[in-house]
Formats: sequence, C-alpha cells, structure tokens
Amino acid sequence: MEIGIQDSGQPMRRIFGPIFVVTAAMFAAAPYLIANAPYESTMGLVQKIFYFHVPSWFAMFTGVFVAGIYGAIFLFRGDPKADRVASSAAEIAVLFGLMGLVTGPLWGRKSWGVWWQWDAHLTMALLVELIFIGYLIVRKYGGLGSEKLSAAVAIFGMANIPFVYLSANIWRTLHPPTSVVPTLPSAMGGPFWFCVAAFMLLFAVLFMLRLQLENQRAALDALYLEEE
Amino acid sequence: MVMVKRALVAAVVFAVIAGGRVLGQGQGGFVPMGSLPPAEQIPAAPLLIAAYVFVWLALMGYLWSIWSRLGRVERDLRALGQRRHSREAR
Amino acid sequence: MFARIALLVLRKDVAIEVRSREILYTTLFFAVSCVLVFAFALVREGQVAEDVPAGILWIAIAFAGTLALGRTFERERYGETIRALLLAPAPRSAIFVGKMLGVVALLVVAEVLLVPIVALMFDAGGLFARPILFAGLLAAGTIGFSAVGTLFAAMLMRSRTRDVLLPILLYPITVPVIIAGVRGTAALLQPAPDEAMAEMWLGILVSFDIVFVTLALWTFEPLMTE
Repeated sequence: MEIGIQDSGQPMRRIFGPIFVVTAAMFAAAPYLIANAPYESTMGLVQKIFYFHVPSWFAMFTGVFVAGIYGAIFLFRGDPKADRVASSAAEIAVLFGLMGLVTGPLWGRKSWGVWWQWDAHLTMALLVELIFIGYLIVRKYGGLGSEKLSAAVAIFGMANIPFVYLSANIWRTLHPPTSVVPTLPSAMGGPFWFCVAAFMLLFAVLFMLRLQLENQRAALDALYLEEE
Repeated sequence: MVMVKRALVAAVVFAVIAGGRVLGQGQGGFVPMGSLPPAEQIPAAPLLIAAYVFVWLALMGYLWSIWSRLGRVERDLRALGQRRHSREAR
Repeated sequence: MFARIALLVLRKDVAIEVRSREILYTTLFFAVSCVLVFAFALVREGQVAEDVPAGILWIAIAFAGTLALGRTFERERYGETIRALLLAPAPRSAIFVGKMLGVVALLVVAEVLLVPIVALMFDAGGLFARPILFAGLLAAGTIGFSAVGTLFAAMLMRSRTRDVLLPILLYPITVPVIIAGVRGTAALLQPAPDEAMAEMWLGILVSFDIVFVTLALWTFEPLMTE
C-alpha cells in the first residue's frame, strides 16, 4: 500500500519545491511591478485592481475546465484518480472565483459608482461560482454516489458558461470588453502578464497541495479498508 | 491632500506585502498624482487596498486550511502505520 | 425500439398520475400560489411594471417544475421501482427520455393553467398576440429545464439531502433558460411586440436544449450505473 502513496506523490513532490519558490518570488515582486505600472487614463489608481482581478479569473477558469474535463474522464472511465484531480481543481476554482468576485465590486464601486452590475461577465462569473460552490456542497453532503453527481455538476457547469455569457451579454453589458487585454500598452501589459503567470503558478502550487491531500485521504481510506 | 495621503497608505501596504523592500524605491510609482482625473468623489485607495488585502487573506486562509487538513490526514496515516507495525512485530 | 421504450416509460408515468393525480394537483396549486405571492410583492396600486408578468410566469414554472421533479422521483424511490426500471433490458437513455417527457407533460399542463391566470391577473393579453412564437418559447424552455432537472433529480435519488440539493444545483445551471424565457416573453409583451427579439431568444433556448439534452443523454448511462 505504501508504494501506492509514493508513486502518486513522488514526482509531484520533486517539482513542487521549485515551483513553490518561483511562485513566492513572483508574488513578492508583483507589488513592485504593479506600483510602477502607469495609471490608466480614465480609471486611475483603482484600475490597479485589474492586475490581480483578471488573473484570478484566468486561474478560476483553468480550475473549471480541469474539473469539467477530469469529471468527464472519471464518469466514463471510472478512474478514481481523475475524480481526485477534478475535486481538487474545483475547490481551487471556488477560491479564485471568490477573489475575483470580491475584487471586482471594489473596482466597480469606484469606476462604475455601484458595487454590482448585472453585466454579462459578472453574471457569468457569479453563476459559475455558484455552480462550483454547489459542487463542493454535493461532495460534502451528497452522501452515496456524490462523486458521480459532482462530476455531472462540473460537466454541466462548464457547458453552461457560453450560454450564461451569451444570454447575459444580450440582456445587458457594461464591463470593459475582454478584448482590451491583447491591446494593452506594453507598460501595463508587462506587469499584467507577469501577474497572470504568477496566478497560474499559484494555481499549480495550490492544486498540487490539494491533490496531495486528496491522495493521502484515498490512501488512508484504503488502509482503513484493509484493517477491517 | 487626502488623496495623496491615501495613496501613500496604499504604497505602505504594498511595501508590507513585498516584505518591506518597496519602501526605498516603490513610492516612485505613486508620484504622478497629477495624471489622475480630478473628478474623484470616491477615494480609490481604500478600495484598492481592500482588494489586495482580501486576495492575500483568502490565499493565506486557504493555505492554512490545506495545511491543517493535510496534517490531520498524515497524522492518521502515521498512527495507522505504527499500529500495524507494532502488530506485525509481535 | 428507442422511441417505443421512451413512450412506454412515459405511458407508465401518465397511467400512475391519471389514477392518483397527486403530483398534478399539488404542482398546479403550488404554481398558482407562487403567482399570488409574487403578485402581493410586485403589484403596486393595481399596476405592475412592464416586464413583471413574464418574470412571474417563468419563476412559477421553474418552482413548480422543481416540485414536480422531486415528487416524480420520490414516487420511483418509494416504490423501489427505479431499480427495476434501470435493470430492464433497455437503453438507459430511452428511460431518461421517457422520464423527461413525463416531466415535460406535467409542466405543459401547469402552463396551460398558468398562462391564462397570469394574462388575466396582470392584464397581459399580449401573451396571446403571437401564439406560435410564445408556445415555442414555452416549449423550448420547458424542455431545457426538464432535461437538466430530470438528470439531476434521477441522480439525487440516492442522496439523503436530495430535497435541498436539487434546487441548489438546478437553478444556477438553468439560469440561461430563465433569462431567455423571461426576456423573450417580455419582448412579446411590449406594447409593440418585438418579434425579432423573441425569435432570437427562442434560438438561444433551442440551442440550449440541443446541447443539454445531448449532454444528459450522454451522461445518464454512466451516472446511473452503480
């Protein structure tokens, strides 16, 4: 049984150290770059929330897609490893979603004058966050068969994204269009992509930690089963 | 004037986050206050600070939660392993 | 073969329902109560805002649908019949379609009652001005809602917390149906009905139906395998 724990944990542990160090260094350097980035002409200081706000959404959607795809793999192949990957990714997606949902209104309060707007991006983000909180609730309180149920929630949640976006987009729109990102002036684009990279690495770090927890839990359950 | 003060507070928070290293040179980033639009009814700095503080708190909270959960599971694993070991030795 | 099994499952559900009418009556009464509750909240000095009737109609449908879904599968669980149904030598997806059609049928009956009530109480005669378009919106919305709802309700049968988990999972996922249904209906309710707008929302509803019915058919088999 010990072998089982080792072979899932060992290669991950080897790359974990370096990635952790790089991520920590990038997060320590990020405030520098953000502070030195130029002010956006109409939104001013508050626009600097952007450097953490947008990357947190990138990280969240990475989590959502990992959870959805591995949910489907689990459902059709029945591989418990895929379920562990999916559930770890989903939990981290909720964390990053929470960061995005809290920083967003703080930005909007200043630049739109209101905390919340029923705009396409916000509506979509809120709903995806709700669906994945639902995912965590199912896993915690779903009881028997909750792994499969949660996999279905992840798949349906992922498939839902374009529909929510489209319908909310037609319904109302206020958010700065996402198309501004590739056209950022380089003085802003540099720090921005730096933050995106930092958040993606952070995602990887948290994901590996969370997966390790899930693997150890599975190992513990297997040991308990053996005992009986 | 209030704005400048608040921006300085923001810089200090950044500095704390970066481990105190920003204090020396980081404030340079906050000097061009003139480029800010004049129509500022709502102060931006507290919002900015709140956003960054929240991200850091959430991150630390989550790391702590994983760490404590992992610790608990690993403790159980060790206890189980030891129990087994002593039984096999007997 | 596929269609025959789906129709058999549907006929079984209809036969049981015709005998007791329990789910039908409770769902209808619940839907009407919903409309009343919203009327007390939203009617001011005998008048409602322009889009309110559309919203009330779709919320009543969604709430009543949740109730009907829960009751339909509670019956299967109580009689332990779902196991027999799943053990039958038939494609699981056909069973899913049969159950889904049962829920759709129930909701259509509820809508036949709800629409005139909403139209009368909120002076929304515009609902009948473009009958085909409006029926299309209702049908597409009902199918989308029922497809997702049937899948989740079937899966939740094994769970102890099914009563609370069903709405928690169902509402966020069916939000596009609600938005499209309400906006499409509201477009028809305007003083000058905006047909192009309603048709566009109908298109969104139909594509939602296609994607989610496919997904549900695709995942039902592995999901219901223990």
